[in-house]
Amino acid sequence: MNGKKTLGGKALELGKQYSVPIMFILICAVCIPLSGFSLSYLANEIVARMGRNCFLILCLLFPIMAGMGLNFAMTLGAMGGEIALILVADMQIWGIPGVVLAMIISIPISALLGWLCGSILNRARGREMITGYILNFFVGQGLYLMVVLYMMGPIIPIRHASIKLPRGYGIRNTVSLLNMRQCLDNLLAINIGGVKIPVLSFLIIAVLCLFIMWFRRTKLGQDMRAVGQDMQVARDAGIKVEQTRIISIVMSTVFAGFGMIIYLQNIGNMPTYTAHSQIGMFCIAALLVGGASVDKASIGNVFLGVILFHTMFIVAPSAGAVITGDSMVGEYFRVFVSYGVITLALVMYEMKKRSMKSLAGQQLALAQKEEEQQ
Amino acid sequence: MINNTTPLLQMQNIKKDFFGNQVLTDINFTLEAGDVLGLCGENGAGKSTLMKILFGMDVIRETGGYGGDILLGGEKVQFATPFDALAAGIGMVHQEFSLIPGFTATENILLNREPKKKNVISEVFGERLNTLNYKEMDARSAQAIEKMGVKIDADMRISEMPVGHKQFTEIARELSKEQLKLLILDEPTAVLTEKEAEALLDSIRAMSARGIAVIFITHRLNEILAVCNKVIVMRDGSVVRDVPAAETSVKDITKWMVGRSVRADKAPAQEAAAAARDENAKTILSIRNLWVDMPGETVRNVSLDVREGEILGIGGLAGQGKLGIPNGVMGLYEAGGTVEFEGREIPLNSPRQCLDASLAFVSEDRRGVGLLLDESLEWNVAFSAMQIQNKFLKNYLGGLVKWRDEKAIRAVTQKYIDELAIKCTSSRQKAKELSGGNQQKICLAKAFALEPKFLFVSEPTRGIDVGAKALVLDALKKFNRESGVTVVMISSELEELRQTCDRIAIVSGGRIAGILPASESSEEFGLLMISQVK
Repeated sequence: MNGKKTLGGKALELGKQYSVPIMFILICAVCIPLSGFSLSYLANEIVARMGRNCFLILCLLFPIMAGMGLNFAMTLGAMGGEIALILVADMQIWGIPGVVLAMIISIPISALLGWLCGSILNRARGREMITGYILNFFVGQGLYLMVVLYMMGPIIPIRHASIKLPRGYGIRNTVSLLNMRQCLDNLLAINIGGVKIPVLSFLIIAVLCLFIMWFRRTKLGQDMRAVGQDMQVARDAGIKVEQTRIISIVMSTVFAGFGMIIYLQNIGNMPTYTAHSQIGMFCIAALLVGGASVDKASIGNVFLGVILFHTMFIVAPSAGAVITGDSMVGEYFRVFVSYGVITLALVMYEMKKRSMKSLAGQQLALAQKEEEQQ
Repeated sequence: MINNTTPLLQMQNIKKDFFGNQVLTDINFTLEAGDVLGLCGENGAGKSTLMKILFGMDVIRETGGYGGDILLGGEKVQFATPFDALAAGIGMVHQEFSLIPGFTATENILLNREPKKKNVISEVFGERLNTLNYKEMDARSAQAIEKMGVKIDADMRISEMPVGHKQFTEIARELSKEQLKLLILDEPTAVLTEKEAEALLDSIRAMSARGIAVIFITHRLNEILAVCNKVIVMRDGSVVRDVPAAETSVKDITKWMVGRSVRADKAPAQEAAAAARDENAKTILSIRNLWVDMPGETVRNVSLDVREGEILGIGGLAGQGKLGIPNGVMGLYEAGGTVEFEGREIPLNSPRQCLDASLAFVSEDRRGVGLLLDESLEWNVAFSAMQIQNKFLKNYLGGLVKWRDEKAIRAVTQKYIDELAIKCTSSRQKAKELSGGNQQKICLAKAFALEPKFLFVSEPTRGIDVGAKALVLDALKKFNRESGVTVVMISSELEELRQTCDRIAIVSGGRIAGILPASESSEEFGLLMISQVK
């Protein structure tokens, strides 16, 4: 340092800051040629997955803004979206009206779950991430199963035999959404050089991005950022800290519900009991791959993350098959990587905090040395 | 404007006790609009408590309120929360910064008071979705900064600012409040460079010219004389002097602050003993060029020798770094430099190695570091000794299996309960159920059980009553004299140091300002305390 900040030094700094995305770019650069996929196939897949996933990942930005870390409990919103989709499927309302209706129905469910989650997280300050993660299991394996497996039928009327289990209550393992499959993606879709662009889906994502950018400029957004950086100072200034934190989780959960509906309409069927189980994990991994950290994430991180993470997702199995002759290795690799990247990001976050601390010490030592030399 | 005949602020017979411990007695003073009042006194003299009462802090209400009346503009007020005080026009700049690090100065100045614009969405979802009016924000913060008279960059983030500018941002925040009539500055210059401090004094003068009254708390007495028109000196919870600044001097104020010059001749009894020990004793602990990064208690370039068998006191004002020394040596905070104990170097940043070298530490943070609150007294007393020295353990299978020796633990705990007169129902009682003084004694017992050669005791009498104080200090002295353990005691109460210690080192501005024998007059210590306050 000392004013001699060379180009190399700057590059190193940049490299440190973006070490995770750079690592993934390298992995992709190695795997893409190995996998043997054509570029147009890859482009098609990535564009489709962007349309499918971006919305879900964007909803993670609100809790990060409020300093609550990565919202593992976004799965709760996904469940809200799924329950809404089951109800809509039972009503046999398909196409875009079905999607819109499902979104509307999901709002109260997600909001309630989000409020519950936010209140619990307020009691677990500083441990939001692990609490959110465990809440997933409780709500996902407990409440969700109870509602979908037992209450749907006797308590919540389900008329259509096609989605009901033969025993008379509970929902089948898969709910077919064939009649609304890609209805958002196909509307206004254009084809550029063999790559299908789902314009409407992208428009919806763009609207959410604009909303987030606008939201940062609102009073609530400002409060969230203040709360996220220093709760005590925010409270002393009269900001309602608890309420603000709950709102950020509720917003995240509601948008996650929408995101899940968009995701499932793209897939075209819903594995009732497993659709949500890994969604939170993959979304968080994608965001982190994009260069976000526990306390800082931008819209740019979301897009970069989706592209890198899903490129790896697509090419890893066949690259693995080429290298080892076994496609399971690639499958294993991508699961390994998504958990690994989360662990890595959390460890790096902690290391950064510690190095900041020792930096203050180094400055003190330096000042002392200078003083002695005088 | 305020009517000239009624003073802006009147404090009448303000009293406050914390659970029977009288900390303020009959405080009276008045303040006119535009007055600049310098408030000084040693730590624990009651300055902060008085300001907390004036500012309506929660802690006052929670501990049973206060006695006496506060009159603001001739009307009696009683603030339930700081927000009420703010609404009534009282602003306070605290010692610790209350700023959001990632926000710009402007955003911090207008935190939670941002001007807003309505929009369609906020009409539906409520006013928290109003967008911020950045233009208006810039204008208002510029206005506040101009009012302050010190130039700071309104668009700079707090985290990138030098410390002094953070302080100015806080002041600008208070000035941006339209209703501000009285501003309390609690040691605002403690973190400023000389030039910045001067700028601050100018800005205080400017405020005063605008009719804003200022209460200025500082340990830099020159500043008080430079800017205040009134000085109030507090000692032991009462106002000892209330004089116009023009009629006093630094020396006078120091004398009033420390105020025990009458008793100065009544030097500690152990003076003779200390003198005898002084010369020939060898150095047991030698600290060289120590720095410690302890937030709020930074230590800079401290070199200190402790002689075998003595009790060395470390005194000084709050926030000057005296607490950083033991915490740094014992490895609780990041530190650098060299520490030699009995001629062997002890690695820093490693509590275990310090304990292994038979150093022990009684932390000032009793509840956090000192005690296992949810465990029994037996556990608390024996825990460190068990962990560090394998004491109170029974070995089976050649040391493969170690069981606690409950009998020995109970015996030793009972011994200390008797010796230190710890009030408890039994040695099985949980530590959190004891009173502060008795908890402190448990902390001492825990250190004694380690049978160290060297003991750091940090603020042993903080928050405990007079009777318990004497007992704790006596126990320390006895431990020192009978077991020959070298003790370094850190305390903010000079008088207590003078009664207990052989020599006293005074820390000021993170450095050792001087080491004097305990028999030296209080005044000398007082001068050392403020010598390097920055």
